[in-house]
Amino acid sequence: MRIPCPLCGERDAAEFSTIGSAPPPRPAADAPTEAWHEYLHLRENPAGMHAELWQHIHGCRQWLRVMRDTRTHAVASAEACRP
Amino acid sequence: MRYSALALLRHALTGNRSWTPAWRDPAPKPAYDTIIVGGGGHGLATAHYLAKLHGITDVAVLEKGYLGSGNVGRNTTIIRSNYLLPGNTPFYEHSMKLWEGLEQDINYNAMVSQRGVLNLCHSDSQRDAYARRGNAMRLAGVDAELLDAAQVRAMVPGLNMDSVRFPVKGGLLQRRGGTVRHDAVAWGYARAADSRGVDLLQNTEVTGIRVQSGRVVGVETTRGFIGAKRVGLAVAGNTSRVAAMAGLRLPIESHVLQAFVSEAVKPMIDTVVTYGAGHLYVSQSDKGGLVFGGDIDGYNSYAQRGNLPVVHDVMECAVQLFPAMSRLRYLRQWGGIMDMSMDGSPIIDRTPIEGLFLNCGWCYGGFKATPASGWCFAHTIATGQPHALNAAFRLDRFATGAVIDEKGAGAQANLH
Ligand SMILES: Cc1cc2nc3c(=O)[nH]c(=O)nc-3n(C[C@H](O)[C@H](O)[C@H](O)COP(=O)(O)OP(=O)(O)OC[C@H]3O[C@@H](n4cnc5c(N)ncnc54)[C@H](O)[C@@H]3O)c2cc1C
Ligand SMILES: [Zn+2]
Repeated sequence: MRIPCPLCGERDAAEFSTIGSAPPPRPAADAPTEAWHEYLHLRENPAGMHAELWQHIHGCRQWLRVMRDTRTHAVASAEACRP
Repeated sequence: MRYSALALLRHALTGNRSWTPAWRDPAPKPAYDTIIVGGGGHGLATAHYLAKLHGITDVAVLEKGYLGSGNVGRNTTIIRSNYLLPGNTPFYEHSMKLWEGLEQDINYNAMVSQRGVLNLCHSDSQRDAYARRGNAMRLAGVDAELLDAAQVRAMVPGLNMDSVRFPVKGGLLQRRGGTVRHDAVAWGYARAADSRGVDLLQNTEVTGIRVQSGRVVGVETTRGFIGAKRVGLAVAGNTSRVAAMAGLRLPIESHVLQAFVSEAVKPMIDTVVTYGAGHLYVSQSDKGGLVFGGDIDGYNSYAQRGNLPVVHDVMECAVQLFPAMSRLRYLRQWGGIMDMSMDGSPIIDRTPIEGLFLNCGWCYGGFKATPASGWCFAHTIATGQPHALNAAFRLDRFATGAVIDEKGAGAQANLH
């Protein structure tokens, strides 16, 4: 698996680390427990295109929003982002 | 047909011409009392215990591929009950006890081998943590022994005991742990369930779950609609996809875990060893191959195959721990899709939909749980109530905060 870092070019997945799905917007601090539960625990977990966060830890250290197909591991795009 | 030494002899003398198939290949009936989705270890065990202990035999197990094509036939076959937390320990110990009587119960040789599971420690603090775990196990009636370095050296020759960076300081040993022939578990439970009248429907994929006024009434499949009063889901890595058919959104991510087998060598490791300074577990199969694995790859996957960084990492750990392994070629490698939960512990529970039951969240430790998971799931489905042994494995524990987090890693699936 390779990830096209917008700053470093296409690099081996071993240089990156992931924290999983690109999360939905964070609930407000006083949002009901249910909203926090959904945000923290529940996952779409699609078989197909998946938006996720990776960091180029052994490269430029930029956080990336990666679109990847979970059935084939093919990476469609990677854009710099703030997690 | 009962299997026995006498039957073996009789068939040997008659040219092995009269063995009969281990289970039937029935056509689906229009409806069943209970449908179990997923013909893996957990689904098949559930069907067996439903029929045997609860007298519910109007049951079908629906499997999209062939029986045992999922994780039950892909794991590294390790069984143990060395858990720390109260919600887990009695459940896994019940599973260990069921393993100990399994072969008699299902009249099938599953090659249950209590060769011991030895977790190595490499620092004083790690030894303290293992002492604590061992004490918790013993308080719960589970066997545990803390070994010092000399005892480990005597027990496992070939270990790199004196590595400068990660010397082996000792280990926590559960002698009753070990390995079980994984395919035989699927086949044995399948045959036992079939002999009590359970229909095993292979190549039957569930494509929809029909719910009417909050109650499940059956499932759509690639072989048409099949009605049911109760439906139990035991589809491991595919849980999110199947549960979504009933509108459920779950605290589950699907991740790939790889396993590796080396070429066969003479007896080298007669127990199961886990490395405490990296993630590696290794045992030796009866054919002589070293069977080993490590961490999940770490990203969501439904691909049943992994990538090279983890292969590299696992090989590195193996060679660090057993330097002689550097001389071996590895023969085979594969991946399976794990249902990783947000606290690393499973779910065996009812769902908000009447008649729909859920069994999932096994992460990469669900093989050892197979007997108890089937036993508890059967109880939950038959009585409509969880058993005390699976009472903590609730679906709503994430919302209420009553999580069971052995690792203390929080709601990040790839850290469990
Ligand atoms: C490489 C690897 C190593 C492992 N090592 C160990 C270990 O050493 N010890 C341990 O305790 N655990 C281990 N595990 C974990 C263990 O194998 C799993 O937790 C356990 O097998 C999961 O339960 P199961 O057997 O029911 O799953 P599976 O065998 O995966 O059964 C689920 C079944 O559901 C079927 N299915 C899915 N969707 C549908 C549908 N829509 N319709 C019909 N059928 C469907 C699948 O085809 C599959 O056969 C390991 C797993 C892997 C992959
Ligand atoms: Zn970069």
